[in-house]
Amino acid sequence: MTQQPQRLSSGSPLWEVFVRSRRGLSHTHAGSLHAPDAHMALRNARDLYTRRQEGVSIWVVRAGDVVASSPDEKDAFFDPAGDKPYRHPTFYEVPDEVQHL
Amino acid sequence: MTTTTEVDLDVATYCLRLGDDSLVLAQRLCEWAARSPQLEEDVALMNLALDLLGQARSLLTLAGVREGRGRDEDALAFLRDEPDVVNVQLVELENGDFGRTMARQLLVAAYAVPLWQALCASTDADLAAIAGKAVKEVAYHLDHARSWVVRLGDGTEESRRRVQAGLDEVWPYAVELFELDPLLERLIARGVAADPAALQRVWRVTVEEVLAEATLAVPETSWRPTGGRSGAHTEAFGYLLAELQHLHRSHPGVSW
Repeated sequence: MTQQPQRLSSGSPLWEVFVRSRRGLSHTHAGSLHAPDAHMALRNARDLYTRRQEGVSIWVVRAGDVVASSPDEKDAFFDPAGDKPYRHPTFYEVPDEVQHL
Repeated sequence: MTTTTEVDLDVATYCLRLGDDSLVLAQRLCEWAARSPQLEEDVALMNLALDLLGQARSLLTLAGVREGRGRDEDALAFLRDEPDVVNVQLVELENGDFGRTMARQLLVAAYAVPLWQALCASTDADLAAIAGKAVKEVAYHLDHARSWVVRLGDGTEESRRRVQAGLDEVWPYAVELFELDPLLERLIARGVAADPAALQRVWRVTVEEVLAEATLAVPETSWRPTGGRSGAHTEAFGYLLAELQHLHRSHPGVSW
């Protein structure tokens, strides 16, 4: 172990950023960033991901706290859905009067 | 064409002062581009600089209109010599390290928040409109500076030492933000300008609160630098102004 002080970036944990672009839509993953703590992560996210008015709400989550599916489990997780096209709601005629579907 | 009144000239000078403060601090912050401690902070600092530049553009444009001599924002930003630029010396001081830059940001933002809040109620409608936009920007600037000063002050031994040293260096210059002169007195009487005494009270409370949270000492000083408002500047200022103005002066009328 070295005793040298760590540089800010390498010493700061990684955060995943989710941005809601407008009311009514869900938060969408926008990217990730480094920050020393949650407070700064939120502010960095504001500067990095909403500077062109992309958002009305931001979530930041420590990357280490995200539980992700493993590539090894890909077959068991996703392939069984492959031969079930009837789950797509494409077998219905949508009446013209129905809006916002 | 309307005639320029004494009040117009006073407002023009007031806008020049505020505009020059923003312009010069924006230019200083730009020196951090590609040099920040982390990529995220690089973007954050440039965002602050762009806010300040936007304020400067509006203020210099308004100054030019009220002055009535046909000078636009570019003429005022790029074609005035050092003795005609009237920013406070605090904003022209060299950045130093990141701790010192953040210490200055805190002192300036803690002043800018009550300033623009007060100017939202200015009897000058144009100035009030500029204030309406700036007040949201500087609220974020204060939040940003506060976050860093607290983290550096209450951080490692080294970060604490550096931000305290930076604070001690820039602190004396803050008094210039609150100077009162006959021009300001006239504008305050008309409800155009903000009263610096009231700003200083709010500023002091804000700054002391942040420094307490950051476990930093409030510097003690009796030295009162002055002169920025009458065009007297520190040695570092000439270099800043040369870099700011050289493109426009070397290529008159140049545009993107």
